[in-house]
Amino acid sequence: MSFEIKSSGEAYDVIIVGSGAGGGMASKILSEAGLSVAVLEAGGDFDPAKEEDRTQLRYPWESPRRGSGTPTRPFGDFDQAIGGWDIAGEPYTRSSGTSFDWFRSRMLGGRTNHWGRISLRFGPNDFKRSSIDGLGDDWPIGYDDVKPYYDKVDKLIGVFGTKEGIYNEPDGFFLPPPKPRLHEMFVAKGAKKANIPVIPSRLSMLTRPVNNERGVCFFCNQCNRACQAYADFSSGTVLVKPAMAKGKVELYTNAMVRAVTTDDSGKATGVSYVSKVDMKEYKLRARVVVLGASACESARIMMNSKSKTHPNGVGNSSGMVGRYLHDSTGADRMAIMPDLIDRERYNEDGVGGMHVYTPWWLDNKKLDFARGYHIEYWGGMSMPSYGIGFAMDTMRKHIKDEFGNPSPNGGYGEGLKKDIRRYYGSTLGMSGRGESIPQYSNYCEIDPNVVDKFGIPVLKFTYNWTDQEIKQAKHMQDTFEEILTNAGAVLLGNKPGPESKYGLAGPGRIIHEVGTTRMGDNPATSVLNSNCQAHDCNNLFVVDAGPFVSQADKNPTWTILALAWRTSDFIVSELKKKNI
Amino acid sequence: MNRRENLKLLFTGSLASGFLLTNCAPEDKTADFSPKIAGGTPGGRTAEEIAYDQRLLSETFFTEEERKKLDVLVDIIMPADSESGSATDAGVPDFIEFMMKDYTPYQTPMRGGLMWLDHYSDDSYGKKFLELSESERMEIIDLIAWPDKAKPEMEGGVKFFNMLRNLTSTGYFTSEIGFKYLGYKGNTPNVWDGVPDEVMKKHGFAYEEKYLSQYLKPDERGKIAEWDDEGNLIG
Repeated sequence: MSFEIKSSGEAYDVIIVGSGAGGGMASKILSEAGLSVAVLEAGGDFDPAKEEDRTQLRYPWESPRRGSGTPTRPFGDFDQAIGGWDIAGEPYTRSSGTSFDWFRSRMLGGRTNHWGRISLRFGPNDFKRSSIDGLGDDWPIGYDDVKPYYDKVDKLIGVFGTKEGIYNEPDGFFLPPPKPRLHEMFVAKGAKKANIPVIPSRLSMLTRPVNNERGVCFFCNQCNRACQAYADFSSGTVLVKPAMAKGKVELYTNAMVRAVTTDDSGKATGVSYVSKVDMKEYKLRARVVVLGASACESARIMMNSKSKTHPNGVGNSSGMVGRYLHDSTGADRMAIMPDLIDRERYNEDGVGGMHVYTPWWLDNKKLDFARGYHIEYWGGMSMPSYGIGFAMDTMRKHIKDEFGNPSPNGGYGEGLKKDIRRYYGSTLGMSGRGESIPQYSNYCEIDPNVVDKFGIPVLKFTYNWTDQEIKQAKHMQDTFEEILTNAGAVLLGNKPGPESKYGLAGPGRIIHEVGTTRMGDNPATSVLNSNCQAHDCNNLFVVDAGPFVSQADKNPTWTILALAWRTSDFIVSELKKKNI
Repeated sequence: MNRRENLKLLFTGSLASGFLLTNCAPEDKTADFSPKIAGGTPGGRTAEEIAYDQRLLSETFFTEEERKKLDVLVDIIMPADSESGSATDAGVPDFIEFMMKDYTPYQTPMRGGLMWLDHYSDDSYGKKFLELSESERMEIIDLIAWPDKAKPEMEGGVKFFNMLRNLTSTGYFTSEIGFKYLGYKGNTPNVWDGVPDEVMKKHGFAYEEKYLSQYLKPDERGKIAEWDDEGNLIG
């Protein structure tokens, strides 16, 4: 597949910026409605079914660093998210005393190539948090508006799970879930003693097919490497490529969008982008521009799209673009399970993620923080990679001989070799992922002093956690200890305390950043209306997580997909009515 | 994400190919980005990644003398035994050589640690480490290999040996020899149908009755899913 770079004047019905979850869904729905679509992706093409792109089923010795992470692939050498928190030539800055780390993927499909596939619907409460706790704002839409689209996304893409009837964790159209692994049985036992629910997880991997085009899961535990059978959800393989195959979508790779172009009336006319191949600037024209470049990148493009009619950037008459940036909270704990030392060997890979999880289970009225978190569990006999056998200078004492005598820390030789073999598969742990409170004072803006290698002004971040998030992390740590101890595990490391904000991950580390182009009914306090259409530019739409008013404790992708579908339906209808 | 955080993730979980040339002008397609030295990571690499691996593979960190010392040390940490080969058999020194260049903060502690071994050998026995007898070598190793027993003045040596133990162990257990020794069973297409019955029984577990009918049934995984309007699987 290759495309000539189009010269100025090439026109499409719709230009979509970004090929991740939102851009991918928009490309499918809009092209199937008969519209001509151009998708612009800042990175290269990628197809895990092609041998030259495949890292799935590779062994650690196929990597000279044995799978260790690199700046370009912080989650490991075989992980398929090309980019990371620091990309050469594409800097960003931070206000002093604040932190935000911005994870980007430059490739077809974006971050969906490696994500955890945790596919949770927002529940009725998640759209109306302000009405419940008085913090932040309600969404201008509710669960009933999005439900039909969640249903369609479930059926189109596929997600396994079980119907549980929990009010704020709505059930969907589920594929059968895989049985829990052994460490997950221990965790469930520990959680049950503490009255904490553990239910089958909800991940977008095909335990059964949903159509004839994609294969089913063959249980290699490597969804982060992108699936050669297309049995997990990646935007490139599930949405963009199938849409291209039908002929109405053209893909521009290595196209770094700088700005949305507008006419004198303020309407969008297309985009201006820099080709990474020749470092020249090109323009494309379209009747409608759809931004799905990720919450922060779309905000950056809008703020960099200044004109007489849009002096603060297109869509930014309210000054709200970039504001209310928020990421999920996160904290973790690890332990060793004595019962799992010397365990029987069998293939325990399963799907590329947890088989069980804990949805939020408590009532905030009885707690000292607002909003909840879910718990993800990890452990088991996954494939050894860089890091196995580390830390025997502190961990070896947990390995005991047949008489109950602990091994000495450190050492060498046959004894050490045996102990590492005995220890393999005995560690486990958990991660809390929770909802933060969106703040006007947490934001990204254009840094007037810094440009990237394409000459495009970069983002500057200002972000601080509040007491709400810190108290939530404290609660997570208490919960983790309770579950692990109940399960019979021995906690590793010290319990994080106030000095580390109870282990609360820094803003941006959980990679669920949302809210920068939030929707609302009031054009003075929001960027988009409830159809993700810019208040001040009616042929400009946003389909990534920028429109989120609040993040919930759920991963954002399933809601991005549902909203992108809903927005695409609206675009088709408005074009038919000649409203745009 | 720093190396320590990477490790945390790896504890839990987990180029022979062409550059992706989509959207390139024809003259770019003739550009040859293919690796000249074998051993870089395969699979969807960018041109920058290929060039980076190639550069590291073309450079040499350890001197011949250092490499000899390293070979001796890694085989003390992971020796051959009746079941499997040694660290040098498993290619651990090549892996450590690469990591010195891939993660440069390792360089000074490694080079300095190897030098320190010679200084300490010289002060104690009047000979360099490689010239010592096996029992003399092991006397020194025993001073730095046991962190909880080591004398405070040996802390630097302990840290060096901790690093060496980490790299040697991880290099060993991520090699083909190490996988066989470990008895690792995965990384191959299969159908997951739960923990083997006898293992569940041994640990006193049974799958929850209410979910048994809902879990994936291996013989149904070829059937395209269909639901009724309430989201119940019907086909």
